[in-house]
Amino acid sequence: MVDIEHLEFGLETFGDIVANEDGSLKTAAESIRQIVREGQMADELGLSVMGVGEHHRPDYSVSSPETVLAAIASVTKNIKLATAVTVLSSDDPVRVYERFATLDALSNGRAQVMLGRGSFTESFPLFGYDLTDYDDLFNEKLALYDQLRTEKPVTWSGKFRAALQDQEVYPKTEKGALETYIGIGGSPESIIRAVKFGYKVIIAIIGGQADRFKPYIDLYHAAAEQLGKPEFPIAVHSHGFIADDEDEAIEVAFKNIKANFDRIGLTRGWAPMSREQFDGETKVGSFYVGNPETVAQRMARTIDLLDLGRFDIVYGAGNQTAAQRERMIELYGTKVVPRVKEILAEKAATK
Amino acid sequence: MAIRRVGILGAGKVGIVLAGLALAAGYEVRISGSDSVEKIALTIKTLVPGAIASENTEVVANSDVVILAIPLSRYKNIDPTLLQGKLVIDAMNYWWETDGIREEVLDPTTTSSEQVQAYFKGATIVKTFNHMGYHNLQEEARPKGDAKRKALFVTGDDHDAVDQVAAFVDSMGFDTVVHYQMADGIMTEPGSPLFGASLRHDELKHTIDHFDQTDFGKQIADRMH
Ligand SMILES: NC(=O)c1ccc[n+]([C@@H]2O[C@H](COP(=O)([O-])OP(=O)(O)OC[C@H]3O[C@@H](n4cnc5c(N)ncnc54)[C@H](OP(=O)(O)O)[C@@H]3O)[C@@H](O)[C@H]2O)c1
Repeated sequence: MVDIEHLEFGLETFGDIVANEDGSLKTAAESIRQIVREGQMADELGLSVMGVGEHHRPDYSVSSPETVLAAIASVTKNIKLATAVTVLSSDDPVRVYERFATLDALSNGRAQVMLGRGSFTESFPLFGYDLTDYDDLFNEKLALYDQLRTEKPVTWSGKFRAALQDQEVYPKTEKGALETYIGIGGSPESIIRAVKFGYKVIIAIIGGQADRFKPYIDLYHAAAEQLGKPEFPIAVHSHGFIADDEDEAIEVAFKNIKANFDRIGLTRGWAPMSREQFDGETKVGSFYVGNPETVAQRMARTIDLLDLGRFDIVYGAGNQTAAQRERMIELYGTKVVPRVKEILAEKAATK
Repeated sequence: MAIRRVGILGAGKVGIVLAGLALAAGYEVRISGSDSVEKIALTIKTLVPGAIASENTEVVANSDVVILAIPLSRYKNIDPTLLQGKLVIDAMNYWWETDGIREEVLDPTTTSSEQVQAYFKGATIVKTFNHMGYHNLQEEARPKGDAKRKALFVTGDDHDAVDQVAAFVDSMGFDTVVHYQMADGIMTEPGSPLFGASLRHDELKHTIDHFDQTDFGKQIADRMH
C-alpha cells in the first residue's frame, strides 16, 4: 500500500526554451536562469525533487544539468537535485561521479544521479560514439559507474574507455555513496538490469495508460526476489500541465506538448500527434493535464494503481511562458500535492 | 493451413505485446530473445503468463507463423535457412536511433521488407504490425465490429500468404487494409504519415489509396525517378 507520509513529489524539466508573452522565444541563457528560479520556487513549496534533463539540441537549453543544479543548490535548502536523465552511454562515468560528488558537496548531500540511455541520441555522434553500440555502451559504463560509486580504489578495463588501475576518484561524498536511480522506458530487459545493480527505478511513462506498467512493476519485484536484491518503491515521471481553468490547461498543453512531440517525431519519421491521441493521453493516458482537481485525481489513481513511492511531473514542454510555468508549479505545490495525499488517505481508509 | 501456433522472435516491447494479444486470441505462443531461455524466462512468466519462453530454433520449428520482432539491424544474426518454408510476418522498421545510419543497415534504393525477403529466400514474408506504436497495439486491439476498432496495413508478394496473415491480424484485434505487393511496405515506413499513426479502417484506407498525394508519397516518387 502507498506510504502517503513518505510519498515524494518531484518536478522535472527537459530545459525547453521559454516563450515571451508575445510568443517570441527567450534565449537559452534566459531559459536556464528561469529554471534556477523555478527550482527555488519548488523548494519553497516543499517539493521533494527538482530534476533537470540533458540535451544537446537547439530546442533545449540545458546540456550541462549539474551546473544548473549547482546554481539551484545555492538558493535552496531541502529539495533533492537530480538529472533527468544523465545520458551515461555517451558520458565518462568517472566524470559523472566527479560532477555529482561535487554537486553533493555544494548541496549538503542532496545530489541524486538518474542514469539512463536517454530518449535522444544526439550526444552519440557529438562525443564520438557509435549508435550501433547503444546497448554495449550503457552496460559497460553502468558497470564502471557502479564500481566508482563504492568510492574505493577502482581497477577496471573495458572497450570504450581507458583502463583504471587501483584508481581513486575524488571528491569523496559525506554519506559514502551517491543516491542513484536508473531511468527506464518500456523495455523489460532494463528493469532486470536495474534490479541486478540494486538501484532505484524511475519509469518514464510518456505514452499510453499507466495500467500497462503494472506487470512491469510485478516483474521488478519478482526479479529482486529471485536475485536477492533490494526493493525500493518505484518512481514514475510523466508530462503534465496545470492551470486554474480546465479548458485553458488543455489548450495550452495541446499546443505545446504536440509541438514538442511532433518536432521529435519528425526526426524519427513518426506521424504528428492527432487531437484524438492527445485527448486519449489526457483522459486516460500519460499526460496529467487540467485544473488542480483533475490532475490530482489522475495522479492519485496512478500512484495507487502502481503503488508508487514517487511521482515527478515533467513541466514546461514546448514553449510556455514564464507565467504559465510558474503558475503551474505553484498550483502543483499548493493544491495538487495536498489534494493527492487527501485522496490517497480517503482511499486507504476505505480499503 | 490454419494458424494455431504463433512464434515470436524478439522478446522486447513489441514481441511481448504481440505475445499477449496472441494468447488472448487463443493461440499457442512461443517467444525467444537473442540469448538463452533463462534470460527471458522470468520476464515471460510475469508479463505474458502462458507464453512459452524458448530459443529461436524451437520457436520456428513449432510455429505455423513466425513474427520477426527484433531490431532491423539484427536480422542478419539469424541463419537465413532457419525460416526456410515458413510463413513469416515482418514487424520491423528502420529506426536510426538504435539501428544506426541507414546506409550501413539498408540499401537505400529498396524497402526494408524486400531486403528481409531477399535475405530469407525460402520464407514467405508478409509485412504488418510495424506501423503502430507498441502501446497502441496493446491498448487498441478490439473485437471485430467495434466502432473504435483500428486497422493495420498488410502487404506482401504472395497472395495466399497475405490473405492468411490478414485473417490472423483480424483475429488479433485489428481491421486490415490489404495490398499484394511487398514494395508497398514503404507506405508505412518511417516518414510516412501512417508510421506511428493509429487509424480506423476508412482513415487508413484513404491514406493508402491516396498515398501518392501525401508529402512522403511525393518524396518517394521523386526518389524513384
Ligand atoms: N517500439 C515500437 O513501438 C514498434 C512498433 C512496431 C514495430 N516495431 C519494430 O519491432 C522491432 C522490435 O522493436 P522493439 O521496440 O520491440 O525493440 P526492443 O524492445 O529493443 O526488443 C528487441 C528484442 O529483439 C531481441 N533480439 C535481438 N536480436 C535477436 C535475434 N537474433 N534473435 C532473437 N531475438 C533477438 C532482443 O533480445 P536481446 O535483448 O536478447 O538482444 C529484444 O528482446 C523493431 O524492428 C521495431 O522497429 C517497433
